[in-house]
Amino acid sequence: MATEAAQIDVHAHDDHHDHHEQSFIEKYIFSTDHKTIAKQFLITGIFWAIIGAAMSAIFRLQLGFPEADLGWLRPLLGRWITETGQLDQEFYLALVTMHGTIMVFFVLTAGLSGTFSNFLIPLQIGARDMASGFMNMLSYWFFFVSGVLMFISLFLETGPASGGWVVYPPLSAIQTAMPGSGMGMTLWLIAMVFFIASSLLGGINYITTVINLRTKGMTFSRLPLTIWAFFLTAVIGVLSFPVLFAAALLLVFDRSFGTSFYLSEIYIQGEALSNVGGSPILYQHLFWFLGHPEVYIVLLPALGITSEIIATNSRKPIFGYKAMIVSMLGITFLSFIVWAHHMFVSGLNPFLGSIFMFLTLIIAVPSAVKVFNYLTTLWKGNIVFTPAMLFSIGLVSVFISGGITGIFLGNSAIDIQLHDTYFVVAHFHLVMGAASAFGLLAGVYHWFPKMFGRMMDAKLGYIHFWLTFIGIYSVFFPMHYIGIAGFPRRYYSFTNFDAFSGFTDLNQFISIAAIATFIGQFIFLFNFFYSMYRGRKAPANPWKSNTLEWTTPRNPGHGNWEGEIPHVYRWPYDYSKPGAEDDFIPQTVPFSETMDSNLPHENDLIALEKEQAEEIVVDESAGH
Amino acid sequence: MFGFYIALAVFLVVAILLLIFRITRLVGIVKGTGDKVVTGSNNANAAMMIVFMVLFFGLSAWYSYAYFDAYDPPVASEHGELTDKLFWRTMWVTGIVFVITNILLFYFSYKYRYSEKRKALFYPHNNKLEYIWTGVPAIVLTWLVISGWMAWDGIMSEAPEDAEQIEIMGYQFQWSIRYGGVDNQVGDYDYRLIDAVNAHGQDLSDRSNFDDFISNSMVIPKGKPVLLKIRARDVLHSVFIPHMRVKMDAVPGMPTQFWFVANKTTDEIRIEEGNPDFNYELACTEICGGGHFSMKKRVVVLEPAEYAEWKADQKSWLSKNPQYLSQVPENLKELALVTAGINE
Repeated sequence: MATEAAQIDVHAHDDHHDHHEQSFIEKYIFSTDHKTIAKQFLITGIFWAIIGAAMSAIFRLQLGFPEADLGWLRPLLGRWITETGQLDQEFYLALVTMHGTIMVFFVLTAGLSGTFSNFLIPLQIGARDMASGFMNMLSYWFFFVSGVLMFISLFLETGPASGGWVVYPPLSAIQTAMPGSGMGMTLWLIAMVFFIASSLLGGINYITTVINLRTKGMTFSRLPLTIWAFFLTAVIGVLSFPVLFAAALLLVFDRSFGTSFYLSEIYIQGEALSNVGGSPILYQHLFWFLGHPEVYIVLLPALGITSEIIATNSRKPIFGYKAMIVSMLGITFLSFIVWAHHMFVSGLNPFLGSIFMFLTLIIAVPSAVKVFNYLTTLWKGNIVFTPAMLFSIGLVSVFISGGITGIFLGNSAIDIQLHDTYFVVAHFHLVMGAASAFGLLAGVYHWFPKMFGRMMDAKLGYIHFWLTFIGIYSVFFPMHYIGIAGFPRRYYSFTNFDAFSGFTDLNQFISIAAIATFIGQFIFLFNFFYSMYRGRKAPANPWKSNTLEWTTPRNPGHGNWEGEIPHVYRWPYDYSKPGAEDDFIPQTVPFSETMDSNLPHENDLIALEKEQAEEIVVDESAGH
Repeated sequence: MFGFYIALAVFLVVAILLLIFRITRLVGIVKGTGDKVVTGSNNANAAMMIVFMVLFFGLSAWYSYAYFDAYDPPVASEHGELTDKLFWRTMWVTGIVFVITNILLFYFSYKYRYSEKRKALFYPHNNKLEYIWTGVPAIVLTWLVISGWMAWDGIMSEAPEDAEQIEIMGYQFQWSIRYGGVDNQVGDYDYRLIDAVNAHGQDLSDRSNFDDFISNSMVIPKGKPVLLKIRARDVLHSVFIPHMRVKMDAVPGMPTQFWFVANKTTDEIRIEEGNPDFNYELACTEICGGGHFSMKKRVVVLEPAEYAEWKADQKSWLSKNPQYLSQVPENLKELALVTAGINE
């Protein structure tokens, strides 16, 4: 049995741990410890989040104040600011493209999954580390290389990739179509290849670890919802990222080796290209086959984190644990068969459009179930507003607001008008961007004590939350109006059209809100780095939580638990159980110790517990 | 100098904030509030939930009502009225859900804020409730989907035989519009025949090309089906006529189409909107490069009689560029001269 193997390994590991001092490089740079790798992902993710958000602040300046003199940005942007002090048109598109790429892949995929899957999976299932620490390390360093390449592309004379984060060919395939389609696009593709490799290495590890390395008693029906979410996220990633790899590879061929996978009948800059027979739609299918599941890759971990935090801080079991799992399974499955709703007006066969409309709207059902379950979890709770809890409640709100507009966009008839307008921008920024970012922030606030052994400052957390929450809604809620009015996205300026000439005031408001929200994030950054060194020392279980990670020492070493890995006897949501002494019962407490609070069927489990205890004794004698 | 003052001001503000932060922390340590389960902030946060809810719903309701005309673009096509109806129906249905769920979220957060006197209710599941809120959304969504699907099916159906054929071709960063001419047939093209003058790559061995003409703006008749034959010459573009609720990508190598019926002439909508300068416009909604935001064409809707008159006045492309007669096969030359309107 895998658990037995892990236990044997444990003892070997402990001995090893006692006698060997790790060098700085082994400990902090090329570390195979999942906790260090998680922190590496987190810090890198934060770095990229600052860059990605700063980019949005710059293009919001252009959209809110098209007349303004941006000459003062010249020290930073150089000749991307024109002589008249305007933002360069091509560079505007580069900013939009890189903002999307960075936020979706580097921040909300690597920064979120990379951080919390790595950090929490071993800690919450009771494992010493990931199944393969080495692969895990590679996963980070592939991500790092990918980031370096993408970063370099920002400094090219022709600019980084600029064809939108979806990089649709032929725009991205023909090097002369725009400056960003030259070297910038090449680096984008190479960076993505490394990124995909990183995601796959990570994902395979997460899946293997969850399946094989759970501690005794940690059945799938006792897994915290965080782990369920990370597990399913990894499954989605492993199945869909390779398709993006294929899409990127064919694009590389079209760009550099004269193939025609995506190109046909093109006349550009006075020249008819020889490519015939390809189809740009093929790329869109391949891209969205990842692109849509990607939405859930960034969202599910956030939902998992939220489930855990809401239950803990409502002091109530998550309502409908099984329903939550079934919804996530449903979302996982459906996420693979809805991709073409991004392509209703791409020239796709309308019949196919109908099919995808049906499939798409089905996915609203499990999403709705999740929302109702969160609400019921809050109902009659005893709610402690930690910053993490605030961000989780915020997540539910933006998830509702953004999710509901998905019902418009998933309806192909309504999508005709709304497609590629600011309505779409508002929709996905709320439901995927803000929701996942809130999940990420909630997770950082909640697990910071376990990561760094210190507490973050709560008051700064409250200020940060309210600034961010109000800011996010101020930025994205008004965009719905602009979208209903038909304003297309990725427009440098709207002054050319009578139809889009209004809303200058609203656009200004959005820009001011966006920049204020961006500045507000520095409160978090200060809190994060300050608390890392100067924060109050964390108690063992600061949130009075049931999950296993809080049974580790304040600063868990490599191997997580000193001595034996704790055994698990119950699900992780025994909060405020009637008859119990405290308002929480950790997963490590056997039913035989909580006779007063056991439900009838749980009393039946006591006999089983005893049998297990005997087995363990046998196991241990075998292990030595 | 001005920049220096700004930098100084920012520095001072940050320094003061840091000082305040440090002092409150020290006070907290002295008071020993750090170890309590909750502090006074818990009630403050709970109250903020209600404040936020009131502000949020108040502002959005006010804006939605007061500025309705600003963000609801007038509709001027038959199918557009249908999709608008679906849009607003969906808005009502989902709007109600949006308001109820958000109110519950903020209200529960406030109402069930921490109290030492209370213990939370242990309420892990209720199958009946869960069946209800799986079933009800499923039924409502089915209704929305089916009405959407019926509309979609109609909009995307085959264009009527008598539809006016208009080719619209996107290229960086322009649209070019070609009409089928007298025979209402847009002629064949070959992208290898494109040059500076023959922008559409008209293949003059196809006789339906002889009477085709190019127009600077898109002129269409009211009340008559119009079939847009959409193509792109270099990269993806997307035809978007906001007031007609028309949108379809233009794809190089794969012609697409969209047919619709405009139901308000430009003159009529000018009166309706009370704006004598109102014009229908056509924009690009698929990122296509630096000039993406500037791909504009004017769309003019005329009464059918006016339209027929306008169309009769247009000179064929071939008659304007007679040097291309050399590309016409010998046996069709005679026909070309007549159809193109060179020899009357």
